[in-house]
Amino acid sequence: MLKKIFCFRKYIIFTGVFIGISATVLQKLGNPANMGICIACMERDIAGALGLHRAAVVQYIRPEIIGFVFGSLIAALIFKEFKARSGSAPLMRFVLGFLAMIGALVFLGCPWRTLLRLAGGDGNALFGLAGLITGILVGIFFIKSGYNLGRNQRTYPLVGWIMPLIMMGLFLLLLFRPQLPSGAVFFSSQGPGSQHAPLFIALLVAMVIGFLAQRTRFCTVAAVRDVILIKDTYLFTGVISLLLAALVSNLILKQFHPGFQGQPIAHTNQLWNFGGMVLAGLAFTLAGGCPGRQLFLSGEGDADAAVFVLGMIVGAGFAHNFDTASSPQGPGLWGPASVIVGLIICLIIGFSMSDLMKKKKEA
Amino acid sequence: MSEKIDVRGLSCPLPVVTVRKKLLEMKNGVLEVLVDTGTSRDNITRMAVNTGWKVEAKEEDGEYRLIISSKKK
Repeated sequence: MLKKIFCFRKYIIFTGVFIGISATVLQKLGNPANMGICIACMERDIAGALGLHRAAVVQYIRPEIIGFVFGSLIAALIFKEFKARSGSAPLMRFVLGFLAMIGALVFLGCPWRTLLRLAGGDGNALFGLAGLITGILVGIFFIKSGYNLGRNQRTYPLVGWIMPLIMMGLFLLLLFRPQLPSGAVFFSSQGPGSQHAPLFIALLVAMVIGFLAQRTRFCTVAAVRDVILIKDTYLFTGVISLLLAALVSNLILKQFHPGFQGQPIAHTNQLWNFGGMVLAGLAFTLAGGCPGRQLFLSGEGDADAAVFVLGMIVGAGFAHNFDTASSPQGPGLWGPASVIVGLIICLIIGFSMSDLMKKKKEA
Repeated sequence: MSEKIDVRGLSCPLPVVTVRKKLLEMKNGVLEVLVDTGTSRDNITRMAVNTGWKVEAKEEDGEYRLIISSKKK
């Protein structure tokens, strides 16, 4: 019975509302503006803390990412849904995670932050949202054309535990903050990386989100995809709830500042706000879900989703080291080129792993 | 006459897309679906019920057997 109740629509609405309010409150408690929760930005900060990039202003082990995985793990164990599985084109998922992060960091946010930026009054996020939907539409085209990464297999339980164990390792690094001769672990002393809510509050809130999202299957990309692909508005209801709850909460907390110029951790180059999220939206759709969903899946034993997350973290390191990530001044030197190359790679993946290539051969 | 599909191991949204396509072809009758995750079970059940089918789910060794049947006999 307990398993069934979370399927009802009110629970996905509750999950969306909880995420929307939590994100704005975490911002009030210290997280960067319009970035109460951003999976891409927070994984990028983790990459920085580990020294995978040296952008000094974005280095912090974000407990929210750890909490998402722990929360999902706990829910999966309680409801007997923890199943170690792997083997559905893991390397391809790594590439898709990498490219999704490249695109997200050109826009400066994941689908969650796109909604939170909108809820904070950032008009530039409209272009990111349009890009995200465009990317999802292209992904749907491939899914309708038989796109398939192949079946996964049940595997040894330990394989499913690797991601939670990695998160435990990150948590210990965050807690004890060892200082090695190399300078690692890196923690920003200024900029967004230095802004954070109290550790245990952020961790606890994220664990509750991880728990709820595992039960309700919350996913921002599938929300749009399912409406178009299978005429199902279940997840979309949750996403709209997130947006509205964050908007109301921002108004109450006086965090709503409408406009385009001078928005926090955002730029006004609308072409690449759009383009970055086309790439991210397409890569997320080809991989089966938004970055939050990938974390929740990795908490319930899906090692392929875990590989996608690792691809995102490595992608973040690359994005800053190779100047593809944007800054408030605009896209990085190689940002536009990386989006174009990323889109070409995603299109090749979409064509070659669907029935489109077969049809071409037959013709 | 009952038909059977195995969508175990497929990533979201392929299980629900595959079953939806099959149900649209069948129009009525009984479809037996093997799924291996709670997410696929929930997605397929919601889609089938929303499109006018009856769903009976049985858990077997951590996996699920969904019996989807048309309401009209």
